[in-house]
Amino acid sequence: MLTPEKKLALYRALRLTRIFEDWIYYICHNQNSQKPLIIGKGYLSTGQEAVSVGAAMAMEPADWYAPSHRDIGGHLIRGVSLQELLLQYMSREGSPTKGRDGNVHFGFVRHKTLGFISQMGALTVAANGVATAMKMCGDKQAVLCCYGDGASSSGVVHEALNYAAVGKLPVVFVVNNNRWAISTPLHEQMAIENIADRGTGYGMPSLIVEGNNVFAVYDAVYDALKRARAGAGPCLIECKSMRMAGHGTHDMAKYVPDDEYAYWKTKDPILWAEKLLLEDGLSNAEDFKAVEVELKAELEKVVEICVQAGPIRPNHELEDVFAEGK
Amino acid sequence: MTREIYYADAIREALALAMREDPSVYVFGEDVAAYGGVFGVTMGLAAEFGQQRVRNTPLSEAAILGEAVGAAVYGMRPVPEIQFGDFITSAMSQVVDLMANYHYRNGTALPITVRLPSGGMLGIGNFHSNCWENWFVHVPGLKIVVPATAYDAKGLLLAAIRDPNPVLYFEQKRLYRLVKDDVPEASYEVEIGKARLALEGNDLTILTYGNMVLEALKAAHELGKRGIKAEVIDLRSLVPLDKELIFSSVSKTNRVLILHEARKVAGFGGELAALITEEIFDELAAPIIRLGAKSMPVPMNPNLEAFYLPSIQDVVAAGERLMKY
Repeated sequence: MLTPEKKLALYRALRLTRIFEDWIYYICHNQNSQKPLIIGKGYLSTGQEAVSVGAAMAMEPADWYAPSHRDIGGHLIRGVSLQELLLQYMSREGSPTKGRDGNVHFGFVRHKTLGFISQMGALTVAANGVATAMKMCGDKQAVLCCYGDGASSSGVVHEALNYAAVGKLPVVFVVNNNRWAISTPLHEQMAIENIADRGTGYGMPSLIVEGNNVFAVYDAVYDALKRARAGAGPCLIECKSMRMAGHGTHDMAKYVPDDEYAYWKTKDPILWAEKLLLEDGLSNAEDFKAVEVELKAELEKVVEICVQAGPIRPNHELEDVFAEGK
Repeated sequence: MTREIYYADAIREALALAMREDPSVYVFGEDVAAYGGVFGVTMGLAAEFGQQRVRNTPLSEAAILGEAVGAAVYGMRPVPEIQFGDFITSAMSQVVDLMANYHYRNGTALPITVRLPSGGMLGIGNFHSNCWENWFVHVPGLKIVVPATAYDAKGLLLAAIRDPNPVLYFEQKRLYRLVKDDVPEASYEVEIGKARLALEGNDLTILTYGNMVLEALKAAHELGKRGIKAEVIDLRSLVPLDKELIFSSVSKTNRVLILHEARKVAGFGGELAALITEEIFDELAAPIIRLGAKSMPVPMNPNLEAFYLPSIQDVVAAGERLMKY
């Protein structure tokens, strides 16, 4: 339910994601390449945070999460700490993957999250596995599974959606349609206007949501998860959004027309949420500023701790390729 | 109590025992439920365990193995079947990118056993006969077993299902109703990573696995008639590999013949040969000989398939050649 408290929590989560990713962006563009603070690149959701934040906030603690790469907002909501995220990006001692992977490539049972991999759409089939196991165990929960417009063209995603529909699995598939897959625009990705149109072909209900309106995303995903938990099967939700930066921090995205950016800038998810909160009388400009100041200070404190973390050295690397025991 | 049963029945017995002892074990794949699988291996399981624990899936290998990963992360012990081992190509990414490295990267063990009916010698052509096990030897994080007897089929499958890691279980479809041997009724395990001394001999060592164990034993019999005592080692498990038994046999016979049904070029025999020369070169009295299928698609016609495969005569000739050194 979209209570006033939930609305404020959504706003705060949008802000935190923006502040964290702005920091990643800044470091990636300003660090000494010989002695980098961040290993690898940032794959950011800046300017489209509402898809991840709105969807993840609609989950119950016992639900499971199959994130995609622009889901830092969702990870923070699932309980991944800023410190874990920073150490993961910096690849230093205390990194949750022990330096074995970087940036957005992680996912842990303690957060009821599957580990993201770079093969786009791959987690759709694994999300079905979690949902199948839930059904077999009699657990009345659901899985939130996120992927993008690019992934929607891969064979594995088509297999997954058909399979979920046949099995009436409790999975909510959220497609973050941000119009660009690296440099490939939508019209080179698919011959249809709306990815949601495919729902009928798979045999599941589908809908289209304004992806930059965090409250709209929350509402749609909340209802779909509730329906899935009740045993009514999967659902496909297409969130219309726009990737407002390059694919990664190394990509200047010069291929995106200026007017496309200009149009979507007017639909910035933070400004949109602020407008709605002002209309509701839930917050004012001072409140917004206070949230920003508080979260920035929080990030700075965590950064100070993380830059002290030691380097990662090989430790049980070969032993941990396999699990021990039974 | 032991009694003679077929290889296929040993597999079914292992599945039933594993499902009885652990409610998290479940079987799924194409046509595995009431139909019993295209080879009848899962026949009767749906009747005993219900259609939720023995479940038919759409024709979607990637979705099948993806389900296995998600279900294992959630705490189940999935035992998916890929109808023909050949069809694993449609789920390559799920095995290589998602399943194999999951424990190393995220710290979560995935107790998955993938059943892969493999191998040919049945005249069923290129899409139903391949032996792709060696591809997966190259992928860290997967255990790879290939049973050659009914006893091992049951014991290795039980060990695989109880193992916390993904195990690719390459069952040999030719052996389903060809091989019959003593199998205990009760539950037992064959340790993954232990080879089996199939025949003792002093003159040369034949390292083999799967379908070719039978052929190696026939060839050893022929060699015996010529006064050559071949030792036959059935590897049973490619990962992990029983280096101890291999090295002790080679140190005794000083001559090595490697035989597999998979193609010779870049097959597992190359790895074995390199390992032996790297680690116990001084024990060798002769160059290592590798025998495997020819580098061509598996032909359908039995005469052509016989041409593609290494023959018993090839093994005998290679054994005689080794003894000339």
